[in-house]
Amino acid sequence: MVEKNIKLLVVDDFATMRKVVRNLLKQVGYEDIVEAEDGVMALRALKSQKIDVIISDWNMPNMSGLELLKAVRDDSELAKTPFLMVTAEALQDNVVAAVKAGVNDYIVKPFTAEVLNEKIIKITESINK
Amino acid sequence: MNVKFINPFLEGTISVLKTMAFVEPRAGKPYLKADSLAKGDISGIIGLTGSATGSLALSFSEAAILKIVSNMIGENIKSMNDDIKDAVGEITNMISGVARKNLEADGFYIQAAIPTVVTGKNHSIAHVTGGASLIIPFEIDEGTFVVDVCLTE
Repeated sequence: MVEKNIKLLVVDDFATMRKVVRNLLKQVGYEDIVEAEDGVMALRALKSQKIDVIISDWNMPNMSGLELLKAVRDDSELAKTPFLMVTAEALQDNVVAAVKAGVNDYIVKPFTAEVLNEKIIKITESINK
Repeated sequence: MNVKFINPFLEGTISVLKTMAFVEPRAGKPYLKADSLAKGDISGIIGLTGSATGSLALSFSEAAILKIVSNMIGENIKSMNDDIKDAVGEITNMISGVARKNLEADGFYIQAAIPTVVTGKNHSIAHVTGGASLIIPFEIDEGTFVVDVCLTE
């Protein structure tokens, strides 16, 4: 059973899309949500507080979702943080690259609050096993 | 304009808005449009290349997009702002993604560029390729919008 009081980090360069994801997360009971507008800001947030799940967009300036994933996995303190990649389309090459880099799961836009919740539950439970 | 292009965009539009904005858009009868005048107050346009080339534009009336984006972000937006512009770009991107995925089933492999957003009454839409574009009109309770596809093989 996943606790809904976990802290989620939503990373997307579009403020509106961060609000959309936050809105979906709130619909399924998550309240503790922090936001970052790119990978660099996300790493800063990860270093300053305990984050339980990262939900990151793929396409971002400065540091892409894939680069953020690699940076997280290369950092001994952050390496085990569950990482959910958000993509506009499930391109085979992108999925393979993300899996190789250690992504826990990915979700293709558009998605419902329920599907997002299922993904969060799945990746947090697999980490806790 | 191949009629095979109609359904992927029609289904993509309904799927994205139903999933992300919790509205049920009702589609009207598609028709061909020869001029470049937009049918709405804000439009998102995205270039498409690959086994078919052209562009997709979505033009929303102010009333329709205010409802759609308010639902998407869970806030009651009363006038056009940056959230609306960002959301129109994102909606255009998502509809293009779902439509292109649907088109793959018919053997069309298409890539998309980055969407641009245009606002203002009576603005025009410059499609990547010339010629008539196909308009699929939609309505929700609060207002209307159109999907404007110009795609050639």
